[in-house]
Amino acid sequence: MTGIDILFYILMGLAAGAALAILFSKNVFKSALYLLVTLLALAGLYVLGYAEFVAVAQILVYAGGILVIILFGIMLTSKISGHALAVGHRHIASGAAVGLGLFFLLARYVKPSSDPNNLVPENTGDIGLTLFSEYSLPFEIAGLLLLIALVGAAVVTAHLKPKA
Amino acid sequence: MLRTDLLVYLGAFLFCTGLTIAIIKRNVIMVLLGIELMLNGSNVNLIAFNQQHGEALHGHIFALFVIIVAVSEAAIGLAIILRVYRYYQSSVPDQISDLKD
Repeated sequence: MTGIDILFYILMGLAAGAALAILFSKNVFKSALYLLVTLLALAGLYVLGYAEFVAVAQILVYAGGILVIILFGIMLTSKISGHALAVGHRHIASGAAVGLGLFFLLARYVKPSSDPNNLVPENTGDIGLTLFSEYSLPFEIAGLLLLIALVGAAVVTAHLKPKA
Repeated sequence: MLRTDLLVYLGAFLFCTGLTIAIIKRNVIMVLLGIELMLNGSNVNLIAFNQQHGEALHGHIFALFVIIVAVSEAAIGLAIILRVYRYYQSSVPDQISDLKD
């Protein structure tokens, strides 16, 4: 049991525990903060798994971008009285049945770990080369998708006056 | 090197938790949080299995594309949520049922 193993188990517990906390929390704002904990713990796991670039992208994009957008959404859609921040539950039995059933179904097919090889990829440089050679078309399409999403979000939220 | 099977269990757990959140919460923003959690569960799988292949980085790149799609989905989803909230004055999915009636 080395220090890395201990860190690995701590981060896994943190990610799973914060996910469960979202499930049981009744407050939207707190749930968003629990999601932040999950995302940061996952970024730590990615670093331990030699995926530094994905880890940094996870922190920048998820923790820095999506979380801020979600907090904006919470602020803009909750009434000032504070009552609307509380969230009720519905279909609890069927939801729990679907979640537990799917989890046990998936867990049945997990094979015990074979030893991964110990080749450490030269991460960021290789990702850049692969992205701009083998994956250049998906990369461009992803850029187009982001542009379309931004323009679409601006158009959907804008106050458009109907033409007379 | 991390244990792949534990990471796969974590990915399955996050996916199922996200699915359950999306089903049982009565607030559209919580549904969005659940979907983000499901996307993260899939990303854990991609990183975990990339470890078995050493120098190839296809899993990492796939994870990056998943993150890009998640960003687009969150932006569009929140835009729609704001629009719907302005129209119905509510963010409870059960009350937005004009198409059903």
